Amino acid sequence: MNVTQATRLVAEREIRVKLRDRTFLFGTLFFLLIAAAGTILPPLFSGGPSTVAATESLAAPLRAAGLEVRVVPDDRAAEQAVRDDDVDAAVVTGPAVLAMDDAPDDVVRALSTQPTVRLLDPDAVDPVVAFLVPFVFAFVFFITSQTFGVQIAQSVIEEKQTRIVEILVAAVPVRALLAGKVVAGAILAFAQIALIAVVAVLGLQIGDSGGLLSLLAPAIGWFVPFFLIGFVLLAAMWAAAGALANRQEDIAAVSTPVQLAVMLPFFAVIFLNDNATAMRVLSYLPFSSPTAMPLRLFTGDAAGWEPIVSLVLLVLAAGAFLLAGARVYEGSLLRTNGRTSLRTAWRERETIG
Amino acid sequence: MTRTLRLDGVDRSFGDRQVLRNVSFEVSAGRMTGFVGANGAGKTTTMRIILGVLAPDAGEVSWGGTTLTRQDRRRFGYMPEERGLYPKMTTREQVAYLGRLHGLDAAAARRSTDALLDRVGLGERGDDLLETLSLGNQQRAQIAAALVHDPEVLVLDEPFSGLDPLAVETVVAVLRERASAGAPVLFSSHQLDVVERLCDDLVIIGDGVIRAAGSRQQLRDSYTVPRFELVVEHDAGWVRDHPGVTVVELDGARVVFDLPAGTDEQPVLRAALARGPVRAFRPVSPSLTEIFREVTQ
Repeated sequence: MNVTQATRLVAEREIRVKLRDRTFLFGTLFFLLIAAAGTILPPLFSGGPSTVAATESLAAPLRAAGLEVRVVPDDRAAEQAVRDDDVDAAVVTGPAVLAMDDAPDDVVRALSTQPTVRLLDPDAVDPVVAFLVPFVFAFVFFITSQTFGVQIAQSVIEEKQTRIVEILVAAVPVRALLAGKVVAGAILAFAQIALIAVVAVLGLQIGDSGGLLSLLAPAIGWFVPFFLIGFVLLAAMWAAAGALANRQEDIAAVSTPVQLAVMLPFFAVIFLNDNATAMRVLSYLPFSSPTAMPLRLFTGDAAGWEPIVSLVLLVLAAGAFLLAGARVYEGSLLRTNGRTSLRTAWRERETIG
Repeated sequence: MTRTLRLDGVDRSFGDRQVLRNVSFEVSAGRMTGFVGANGAGKTTTMRIILGVLAPDAGEVSWGGTTLTRQDRRRFGYMPEERGLYPKMTTREQVAYLGRLHGLDAAAARRSTDALLDRVGLGERGDDLLETLSLGNQQRAQIAAALVHDPEVLVLDEPFSGLDPLAVETVVAVLRERASAGAPVLFSSHQLDVVERLCDDLVIIGDGVIRAAGSRQQLRDSYTVPRFELVVEHDAGWVRDHPGVTVVELDGARVVFDLPAGTDEQPVLRAALARGPVRAFRPVSPSLTEIFREVTQ
């Protein structure tokens, strides 16, 4: 049996155990509900076209705009219909639009002449969407790498705390143990996100917001490789942090640097996403590039070659962290009395390899 | 198959504390070798080095004449001193998993797990989560975990601690089976009486140095100070005054005494006969505890 086979066995076990974990299952279900609710409900609540009361003479342009018109005998009846809340608005002689507390945009539009619009920067994105999308990307990466990262660390500590690690290390290379956990974490995280994405896409279609989808598609396409490699980078850190601890209680203390490595890029992307220079820098830094680069692609600020360079940088960083993580992991996995310092773990590799 | 597991000049330090010094001994095929020593003498470190969990600073471990590789070690069965399996997995599932990590395919791992769990008396509890089992049963699961891949060599650190007498018998029987099937079995224990009863060979370690190693009988012979038991009709107190005698134990008519090595014991017997009837006179072989005390002093 070689390292690959051992890695597969380890990953299989991690996944099997996780799929039986109620917390994990309920968590996934919860995210799915949010994704469904967030995409299907808003269009439903916005309620479709307004209903308008108007006399027959004024009804034609309203009908042409696709509004639901209730024909009334005169302007007074139209006003009464609004007051009685039978309709959203009324159009009376003038023409003037009557409504209770909120000017109905679609009715106003139906009655106005609109100037021709020529967009000079056709890629520019609706400001609301431009605000939401970075948040969603950063949030998804933050939440997933945090949850699955902590789980990797916990699984490492469990093996250390129960001492089963000694049997495992005697049977398979330490590298395979580490790799198995990272692979399992990546598969689970990715599967969870994919499931949520499918639900969100279906939701967007049901809610008839398909336009947004075509805008997002290229950004999502790039988000996938960035996400996976970014996750591997963080997972290596989490596994090393777990190996430094000795009991589940130590996890908070040893994982502070990892928490920062997840948290700082998250807030940087959230707060600096309208600062082009900052975003350019963030989109190349390995910890923030998984969210920052897809975002710049989404807003159309990045040239075609940029994601490739950034991805290569990320791959290099992930490789380096994986090696460093493996070294710390090997150096601390069998030290079962108390917390191991990073220095000791780095200097002393115990096992035979 | 007469393969021997052999340690040659193994050194190991932790920081500036040297815990193993030039440790060399053999574990022969088909024999149960007891490994005894005080706490902190280096037993666990030695076993970890055999299993490749720790690297030696110097020296080597060989199996059948060639240096141990990871592939060899995968066919070893190991029970670490500090027990542990996955608390949230069933016994059956994790024993099978460990079998697969040791190179069995899925079907073979399942078969072997089922057979072993029955053998150690866990057949009916096999599908319970490990954490719901009693400590004794967890210990049985641990034995099954060490044996699932039908190992060629067994290295067991304190396999009997925490077991009730019934479980000790089960484990002893299982280990004997493996030994008579040709596997070298190395086990450590604090319970010298258990070791004395079980082992064919013995390795005694003290302060990281091998103090004695060999078959049980050999050790008995070579570490015997000439010691004798004499039972006479009346009070045996006079033996104290016999030249060269050191009395170990005196209880009315019964006395146990040592003589300096090379001294003839017959004059003591003649002196006893001269005083009256002698009911018993025999050499006493030392117990393992006594040998242990002597070589580790």
